[in-house]
Amino acid sequence: MNKLCQLTIHEAHELLKRREISSVELTKATLERIAEVEDKIHACVTVTGDMALKQAEEADGCIRNGNITPLAGVPVLIKDVICTKGIRTTCSSKMLENFVPPYDATVIGKLKTQKAVILGKGNMDEFAMGSSTEHSAFFPTHNPWNLGYVPGGSSGGPAAAVAGDEAIYAIGSDTGGSIRQPAGFCGVVGLKPTYGRVSRFGLVAFASSLDQIGPIVKDATDCALVMNAIAGYDSMDSTSVDYPVPNYVSYLKGDLKGLRIGIPREYFVEGMQSGVKSALEIAIKKLKELGAEIDWEVSLPSTKYALAVYYIVAPSEASANLARYDGVKYGFSEQDAGSVIEATEKTRQFGFGTEVKRRIMLGTYALSAGYYDAYYLKAQKVRTLIKQEYEQAFEKCDALVTPTSPTVAFKLGEKLEDPMQMYLSDVCTLPINIAGIPAISVPAGFVDGLPIGMQIMGKPFNEETLLHIAFAYEQATEWHKSKPEI
Amino acid sequence: MKLSRQQVEHVAWLARLGLSEAEIEKFAVELSNILENFEILNQVDTADVPPATHAVPLQSVFREDQSSPSYPQSDVLANAPKKEESCFKVKPVLE
Repeated sequence: MNKLCQLTIHEAHELLKRREISSVELTKATLERIAEVEDKIHACVTVTGDMALKQAEEADGCIRNGNITPLAGVPVLIKDVICTKGIRTTCSSKMLENFVPPYDATVIGKLKTQKAVILGKGNMDEFAMGSSTEHSAFFPTHNPWNLGYVPGGSSGGPAAAVAGDEAIYAIGSDTGGSIRQPAGFCGVVGLKPTYGRVSRFGLVAFASSLDQIGPIVKDATDCALVMNAIAGYDSMDSTSVDYPVPNYVSYLKGDLKGLRIGIPREYFVEGMQSGVKSALEIAIKKLKELGAEIDWEVSLPSTKYALAVYYIVAPSEASANLARYDGVKYGFSEQDAGSVIEATEKTRQFGFGTEVKRRIMLGTYALSAGYYDAYYLKAQKVRTLIKQEYEQAFEKCDALVTPTSPTVAFKLGEKLEDPMQMYLSDVCTLPINIAGIPAISVPAGFVDGLPIGMQIMGKPFNEETLLHIAFAYEQATEWHKSKPEI
Repeated sequence: MKLSRQQVEHVAWLARLGLSEAEIEKFAVELSNILENFEILNQVDTADVPPATHAVPLQSVFREDQSSPSYPQSDVLANAPKKEESCFKVKPVLE
């Protein structure tokens, strides 16, 4: 293995700036790593090696001219739910298997402006619906720490790729935990920004009031660098918020004096693996040693309703968003049918996988006449209560700390036939999307050789505090430096 | 809340989603199980609680009506399963 693929963004940047390595060398090392381990991990749907090397040459040209940005020449893998002009964007679905977008998502445009090198597209649960990447229509991704285990989901491909050094970093999307849960399962860092912080233009819609794009990276510094590049208002996304973007890197400090961190007790109850609980207790002790004041008296009593709220709201919005797949304008199309309606039904029957159908059914039912008030409206009212409880908690705390998920990664196939068990693996992450606030997952130990994620939640548009805490914790621990043997 | 076979078929019709026999039976059981888990929300008193519409309180967003170049027709039609001249081709909708 060429060690260059193990670099972080900031380490690679220093070497590129000093001209000790070129972007072409770095990109080749990463592509070689993909060739070496991809038949074990299966993180990538599409690898665009030739295009990547061309982008690397261009980046080297800019760097030679003294024109270097923090992401210039550094290879990135993009979750296959984000539109890339000229590169097929499949959502790991048969429905979009051959779809080539005519435009770039706003985040892709921003990365290209920085002369990032795009390696290809990462595997995921179909249309981002799932928690294990086993719902990919193409193949499941394997956890680099133990190939018999899932990498989490839905951004399992991007998270496994970063953990396995197949990419220096990745861009994912998070609707109920799809960045943080796989980051936790794979021992890397993943941030779901505040709703509206990063443009969703060009992100294939799943649940529009919950979806958000964010970084999957090797450490907090890289996370800050990627946020500097992708955050900000975009006139193409009317839900993006025109709020100043700070220089996130300037908040990375080693001590936590003056910060008050709350531990919501509802996140430390039944179903939690004992090894995860004890690792979190040790991590919280470390935060205290670093100067933070720990508040054990925080309560978010409506947390127990979040799973039900989420699995009403998200499928309802999905059922509306996925109505567009009718086999007419793009995507899979089954025309061997009598009428236009029958053609639509067959297109959707053969184009969608089981989990996507399950959620379309659930959402359509929850929105249908006679049930709207009982399900969707009720869920949106409870959503208000959940949001209010977070607002109250943040009146006295700067951040809240919980596990990213109640257990470490589970075995491939273990939860595939039991949708409720699969949904429960997101129980710690999905309240964040319901409330619209930011949260980051950072590596915080191991149980039986599988990584544990610590989740840090923050106030709206206060990602800098999460990065500050993540950075200080990293300075005092070694977890983020551990590498799997593949 | 147990879903009947007829209800599953009705919801599939609303969603224009073709389902196999096996899927109809599978979903009747699974969706009933999932809906049962939603009954927990009946414990919450929401009489005076307004529904959340969005994660962030945004007012209606307006912008100036400015024209800008659109995508070339060939790009937009490039992914079409069936096309004819400058149109998407669909089955007849009128008999």
